[in-house]
Amino acid sequence: MLKITCPWCGAREEIEFSYGGQAHVAYPADPAALSDDEWAQYVFMRDNPKGVFLERWVHSQGCRRWFNAVRHTVTHQIDATYKPGEPPPAQAGVK
Amino acid sequence: MQNFSLLSLLRNAVSGHRDWKPFWRDAAPRQSYDAVIVGGGGHGLATAYYLAKNHGLRNIAVLEKGWIGGGNTGRNTTIIRSNYLWNESGALYEHALKLWEGLNEDLNINLMFSQRGVLNLAHNLGDIREGVRRVEANKLNGIDAEWLTPEEVKEFCPIIDISKTARYPVLGGTLQRRAGTARHDTVAWGYARAADALGVDIIQNCEVTGILREDGRVTGLRTTRGTIMTPKVGIVAAGHTSVLASMADIRLPLQSHPLQALVSEPVKPIHPCVVMSNAVHVYLSQSDKGELVVGAGIDAYNSYSQRGSFHIIEHQMAALIELFPVLSRMRMLRTWGGIVDVCPDASPIISKTPVRGLYINCGWGTGGFKATPGSGWVFAHTVATGEPHPLNAPFALDRFTSGALIDEHGAAAVAH
Repeated sequence: MLKITCPWCGAREEIEFSYGGQAHVAYPADPAALSDDEWAQYVFMRDNPKGVFLERWVHSQGCRRWFNAVRHTVTHQIDATYKPGEPPPAQAGVK
Repeated sequence: MQNFSLLSLLRNAVSGHRDWKPFWRDAAPRQSYDAVIVGGGGHGLATAYYLAKNHGLRNIAVLEKGWIGGGNTGRNTTIIRSNYLWNESGALYEHALKLWEGLNEDLNINLMFSQRGVLNLAHNLGDIREGVRRVEANKLNGIDAEWLTPEEVKEFCPIIDISKTARYPVLGGTLQRRAGTARHDTVAWGYARAADALGVDIIQNCEVTGILREDGRVTGLRTTRGTIMTPKVGIVAAGHTSVLASMADIRLPLQSHPLQALVSEPVKPIHPCVVMSNAVHVYLSQSDKGELVVGAGIDAYNSYSQRGSFHIIEHQMAALIELFPVLSRMRMLRTWGGIVDVCPDASPIISKTPVRGLYINCGWGTGGFKATPGSGWVFAHTVATGEPHPLNAPFALDRFTSGALIDEHGAAAVAH
């Protein structure tokens, strides 16, 4: 079980959280202008790195707010969590 | 290939079993091949076998970064069935099941294939509607399927609790009698042995580190055991497919997750079939050794570590005891995890890619084992001819652009 630090509530156990997949996938600025291939990229295609991953979590059994995390997909180590709208913390390993 | 027969068994018993030969040669990589399959699991080895047997390609290799049978082929819960909802999936999985039915003879090995029947239980109105619909869809596609009442479920599998006071009472279930289990690692060994006999090089401890390309066409692979030139590459790497595809700048709709399973101490035969339940979410069979084999769900987060969280196991055990109170004091011996590549529509991708000569077979997610022979069969066709077999044409990568998804979340039976 991971220990995850919610930016608002502090460190809690993983079972209080739900996972939201890759972070920073922005809704298209001009949806009507997108081609089928661009829609496929937005809706289905996702990064799936073996290493550091920027991902979304929601504290569903707590404050119910979304946030982002920097986590390694092999060691599961969480280097940082940060609020939505904030840029990911600059550090080695983050693409 | 040393054939197994009553005579060879007797002869080797007399000589103290000292004269059995290794199943396959420990091949060293050559400088070039006509085709290379990346990934030495069941699907990759089956692909190589059918490339050699059906398409006459003999100068081919299978690269495995670890050892044969050490990945998901040796980590699954060995369930085989073909009761999928849509025509496309029904045809693909049923083709696989028909191959399973003749595979012992084809590979000359005892896969311990046992058609003991698979039950999918219904616990609520939604489950019943989905189950009955799937039974009728299966029948229309020529796949054997039956709908059972709770009493018939109990008759088929006596240790299930069907009492109305259960928290999630059993309201019925689908049954596929031709479905069952097989010994998983023998499947990998059997395909490796048969492919090796046809001249396929099986190269273990050989990890691909780069994909060489020229003018949008694949030309070779960089590996930890040197560079290998080849005009055709088939990637069959389950959870690590995204990592390999990114070497060729291909983005896929896959997410890698750990999927766990566990076994109990061995006991006398008490469980005659396979039981799966979507709603309370557990699946259970009993191996020939007597261990109860229990499947768990996936961890929600992306991961490449071959282990899952304990709270997932805890959830699984709660579901198990809910359905089978008789098992409440059973001791569990081992748990393990494998990395599965989950696709948005819970169907595989068996496809050409934007890079010519590069083909992928992935996205089997939590349920690839059952399809091993069929997957190898159609992927071998795709790699050999450069065009998909009619059975895997609907499973192309471009379905995520066209929108022609094949949604099998109901039939996949593992929550993701």
